Parts: sequence; C-alpha cells; structure tokens
Amino acid sequence: MSLRTMLILIPLLPLIGSVLSGLGRKQVGRAGSHWITILAVAGSCALSFAVLKMQLDGRIGTENLSIYTWMVSDGVHFEVGFLIDHLTTLMMCVVTFVSLMVHIYTIGYMRDDPGYQRFFSYINLFTFSMLMLVMSNNFMQLFFGWEAVGLVSYLLIGFWFKKESAIFANLKAFLVNRVGDFGFLLGIAAILMAFGSLDYATVFEAAPGKAGETISIFGGSNWSLMTFICVCLFIGAMGKSAQAPLHVWLPDSMEGPTPISALIHAATMVTAGIFMVARMSPLFEMSDAALSFVMLIGAITAVSMGLIGIVQNDIKRVVAYSTLSQLGYMTVALGVSAYSAAIFHLMTHAFFKALLFLGAGSVIIALHHQQDMRYMGGLRKYMPVTWLTAWVGTLALVGFPFFAGFYSKDAIIEAVHLSARWGSGVAYQAVLVGVLITALYSFRLLYLAFHGGERFKVVDGVDPHAHLPDGQLAHKPHESPLVVTIPLILLAIPSVLIGWYTIEPVLFGGWLEDSIHVAEKNDVLGELAHHFHGATAMALHAVQAAPFWLMLSGFAIATAIYLFRPAIASRVRNRVPILYRLLDNKYYFDAFYQKVFAEGAFKFGQGLWNRADAGLIDGWLVNGSARAVNWVASRVRQWQTGFLYDYAFAMILGLIAILGVWVVLY
Amino acid sequence: MLTLAHFLTLGAILFSLSVAGIFLNRKNVIILLMCIELMLLSVNMNFVAFSRFLGNLDGQVFVFFILTVAAAEAAIGLAILVVLFRNRDTINVSELDDLKG
Repeated sequence: MSLRTMLILIPLLPLIGSVLSGLGRKQVGRAGSHWITILAVAGSCALSFAVLKMQLDGRIGTENLSIYTWMVSDGVHFEVGFLIDHLTTLMMCVVTFVSLMVHIYTIGYMRDDPGYQRFFSYINLFTFSMLMLVMSNNFMQLFFGWEAVGLVSYLLIGFWFKKESAIFANLKAFLVNRVGDFGFLLGIAAILMAFGSLDYATVFEAAPGKAGETISIFGGSNWSLMTFICVCLFIGAMGKSAQAPLHVWLPDSMEGPTPISALIHAATMVTAGIFMVARMSPLFEMSDAALSFVMLIGAITAVSMGLIGIVQNDIKRVVAYSTLSQLGYMTVALGVSAYSAAIFHLMTHAFFKALLFLGAGSVIIALHHQQDMRYMGGLRKYMPVTWLTAWVGTLALVGFPFFAGFYSKDAIIEAVHLSARWGSGVAYQAVLVGVLITALYSFRLLYLAFHGGERFKVVDGVDPHAHLPDGQLAHKPHESPLVVTIPLILLAIPSVLIGWYTIEPVLFGGWLEDSIHVAEKNDVLGELAHHFHGATAMALHAVQAAPFWLMLSGFAIATAIYLFRPAIASRVRNRVPILYRLLDNKYYFDAFYQKVFAEGAFKFGQGLWNRADAGLIDGWLVNGSARAVNWVASRVRQWQTGFLYDYAFAMILGLIAILGVWVVLY
Repeated sequence: MLTLAHFLTLGAILFSLSVAGIFLNRKNVIILLMCIELMLLSVNMNFVAFSRFLGNLDGQVFVFFILTVAAAEAAIGLAILVVLFRNRDTINVSELDDLKG
C-alpha cells in the first residue's frame, strides 16, 4: 500500500464507519454498528502505527501531500492535504489509540442505552474530524477539523437530549467555543491577509520576513502583526483547550456519557488547542508578547482550576477540573517555548486522563449512574481492577517518579524554571503550587471513591434497575465487564511506561525537531538537555527537587483529611466560608457569564423582538399599513350606498370634473 | 329658421332630462329604463342633426345601430325587471341597495 493510500485511509475509515453505523442503523444492527466502528478505528490505529514505524525506520521523513484541491480563488488554494511529520504521527497514534480504547469501553458503558448506535456513529465521526485536524497541511482544513470536532462535541454532550442539563451544557459548550473560534477565524484571516496563502509550509517560510510588520486595527494604534496573529490564534486555542476565562464549558460538558468525557473532553479534542499552538510554533516564536500571554493564561488556569477540583463532589467534575489544570500546564509549556514538553505532556496526559475518566465511568456503572462521591467509598474490594488502574492513573497524574506524568510535568516545571520570559517567575510559582493541588484533589478522589467506609446502603428486595434515592443501591457493586476493564488495563500500561520510554526522543532527541521551530534565545529545552542524563536518573534525581516534596505533602494532606479525619474538611470549610463559597461557585465565572452575557443577550434579543420586530416592523409597518387601509376604507365606504342614483350622480360629477379640466387645459 | 344650434340644444335638454331622471328618480326602475332610452334618443338627435347639416349620411347609419341596440337593451332590461320583481317583490329603486359596501 502506498503512503498516499494509507494516509487517505486513516481518516476515511472512521468516516465510513460513522456513515454506515449512523445511517444504516436498521441494516447493521447493534452489534454490527460496534463491530464496524471498532474495526474502522482499529484499522486507522494500525495504519497510524505503521506510519510511525516507517518514520522510526527512516523510510519517510516529512511528507507534505496535497490530496485534493477544492477550489482556487484569487490565487489562494483551498485544499485537502496531509502534512505528515513526527508531530502529526504522534498525535495520530495517540488519537486513534485512545479512541480505540474508548470504542471498546463503550460497548460496556452504553450497553443498555437506546442511542447505542448513534453513539458509535458520533465517536467514529469524532475520530475522523480529529484526524483531519491533526493531519492537515493548511489552515482551512485545520479549521474544518476544528469546527467538526466542536460539532461532534456538541452532539455528544447533548447525547441524552431529553435531559435538561445536558441541553444546557451543550449549548454552553457551543457558544463559548464560538467566542474562541471567532478569535481563531480572525487569526486565520490575518494570516491569509498577510501571507496570501493558507498553506502551512508557505506561511512558515514567509513568516521571518514579516517580523517587523505592524497592523493598525483601531484607528491609529499599530500592533505587531505577528503578535496580533498569535494572540488571535491563541484565543481559538483558549476556547477549544478550555483556558481561563473560556474554560466554563468543559466542566459542564461532563453531562455527556463518560466515554466521550474521556475521549473528547480529556484526551484529544481539548488538546487540539495545544497541538495547534505547537504546530504554529514558527509564528509564535516571533512574538514574545504573545508567548507571555499564553504562559500567563496557562499559569492562571493551572492553579485556579485545580483549586476548584478540590471542592467538587461529582467524580467526573473533579477529573474535569483536573483536565483543565493539566491543560494549563501544557499551555504554560507552550508559553515558555517548550513546545515539545507541551506535546509530551499532551501525550502522557491523554493516556492517564482517559484512564481516570474511564475508571470513573466504571465506578459510575457499578453504582448505577451515581456520580456523587459523597455516596461512594470503600469500592476497593468490589472492583479491584478499576481500583488498581485508578491508582496508576492517579500516580501518573500527580507526577510520581517513573510514571508517565512525572516526566512530562517535571519537564514543564523545569522548563518554566529555566525560562527568561517576562512573567515566568510567576508561572513557575503557579506550576509548583499546582503540583500540590493536583496531589490534593487526585488523592481526595481516590480516597472518597475507593477507600474509607461505604457511604451507600444496599437495599434488598427491589428491582435491580430501579432508580433509588441517593446513597441506596439495589445490589452490591461489582466489577465492570471485560470490555470495560481491558481498556483500563491497556491504558494503564502507557500511563506507567510511556514517559520513561519516550522522554528522551521526544524532548531531547530531536524527534519533533522538524515540526517545531524554537528560536535560539528561547530554547529552554535545549538548555534542559544539558542536565538530562537518562530517564532513570531524572526520576531518581527528582527526590531532591521541590515538586516531589510538594506532591508528597499533597498526598499527606489528602490522606490525613480524607482517609483518617474527614471532620477536618468540614472544619476548614466552616472556618473560611468565603474561600469555600468562592471555589464552590467556580470564582463566579459561570454566574457572571450567565448573568451578563447569556441574560444580557437574552434581554437584548427580547428588546429587539418587542421593540423592533413586534413594535416597529409588525406594529407600525405591517399592521400599521393594514390599519391605515382599514381607516381610509371605513371613511370611503360611506359613499358606497348601493343606490344606483348615487353612482350615477358620482359618474356625472366625475364627467363634469374631467370635462372641466379638459376645457380649462385646452 | 331652424339652425343646428336649435337641434343641439334640444338634444342637450333631452340628455340633461334623462340624466336628472336617473339620479333624481327614487321610485321606479322602469323610469330608469325610460331615462336610458331617452338618453340614447338625445344622442340620436345629435347624430341626425349633424348628419343633415354636414350632408353626411354616416350619422344616420349610426342612428339605426343605436336604435337596434336600444331595442335589445330595452328587451333585456325589461326581462331583468320581471325577474327582479319576482325575487324581491318590489321595483322601488330606493330599496335596491344590494351593492352597499
């Protein structure tokens, strides 16, 4: 098979699977739809790894293929094309592998759901969209993928469309993303304006020549063109990758089924922003201001969202806030020009966060869709596989040495430490504090769900599928079926190993050299490489560094509070009610947006409707002209008596008038 | 000596009478029909007068046409009148206001 065919098949297989299982629902049946979609994703996963293998063997380098020209307008090519370099291949493998795991897991999770086939169709469509996004070689296809993943995300958040809260959440996700996408679109438009091309290669090549150019947007003020472009693009990334203050949609997106929380809202789609910025590194490298902005936004997100995670009770929301916080880490890494570190963390995070989400999903199945951690506890002995894999995921998340998350997070922290960028001091403090917070909420989740006493009661003699009040179960929780636990185990393996195994090539071995451009003065990872003496040494060395001890103290605090002295938590809560309320209300971001933007727009729309449409257009123009006709007619009607002699008289008068005029004029 | 003006004056008087008859008459539809006949006759009078004084026979030919039309019209008008009376039991003009808006 030629490379071209392989590359076309990689995104096309899931698209075909999606269409078959979505449109041919009657023909393929339930089992048919999961077989088709899983085989499609497995096919593109295998092909992705085959491409990776070819790159590892050095048989192909960076391939830039144009597949199809959609149109050419004024010299601008709108194309479908694939840019296959190491960055793309890495993303392709991560996306297809996690997607495959999630597909398999879904068989178990969605078993009793009436929308079973629809779900498979959607996640296959998602895989297609995400692959189009990462494989793109031009901005238009990037934008297509970007919007398509957004669409599927919208469809899947509102998957249970009879649930009021799900509909609210998917609308919210869509609207908040619209804000980000607006910036993204402006950025792409600015690129098109400045470079006259949408092709990555052309733009990146021409970029250094535009370094000193300025653009005037409002009146006379001049902005650096590159800073403007990069900030606009990053606003798009903020929407998609849920960075403060556009993060509000991600926690709400947990209304969707858990498998998509794992696939879309943790592992892949939300990292599209990170990927995009890394891909645009030749542009971002030219603007220190934009990079500082990126870094500070990331730092704020990393700390503030982690803090919210500590007070959440919904198991999925804790993981969601953790995702936000980790995305913040990636963004910080982008901001200090450690793009490889961001991509590396993206990869490790994809594995362990998907694992944690799927683990949470497994717990949710066992407890019959109970997501509140206050009604969990002691699940360790009922579901050992889930418990163990959750431990693995947690250790990876908090950055325990040798686990995947350790390598990626430590690399980011060190890179921020070395960076000389404006504001990097603050960011360094933020990512350090973030480690403590991460440990705190992660272990809290683990303890509340799996350890301690059982906070649910098993009620005898009720229908096993009945919906019982909170804290009651019809039967004892039991381990999930194999289709659920096998993906957990398969994800646990890379969560442990992938960091140790790949840190050297990805971060220091130049694996991403061709894809990512870092200016000489910003090259923190190059500097970091001097201190790097192998993955094992790095892990051993970590014991002497601050992040490790911060992580341990987070672990200790969480253990003390949530395992041994639960009373401390409520005492702290009562002692500083303001802080608790601030966190519980998510810094009032949601309330603020709801009040100002949502209600403002609603009121504005209602005003327009009442005043402009109903009042002016309907009231005055439409009904008003009808009323005028009515009024005139009611007067004129008086003359229409119905008597012949009146009409005759009118005719005579008319005749006399016309004759009179004629006589006078001629 | 009778001049053209005398004839035209007569025609005008007849026409005015018939017009006045149409919208002053509040009683009988038959009077309306008669007025219309009278109007046509006044026009005939003009035709004949002009024809005689201009020495052109075309006007007299027209008179025959008008007489024919008038006869047909009277026949139809009277027939309508009969039907009207059957349906409404009246031919009083001031009661016939079905066209009122």
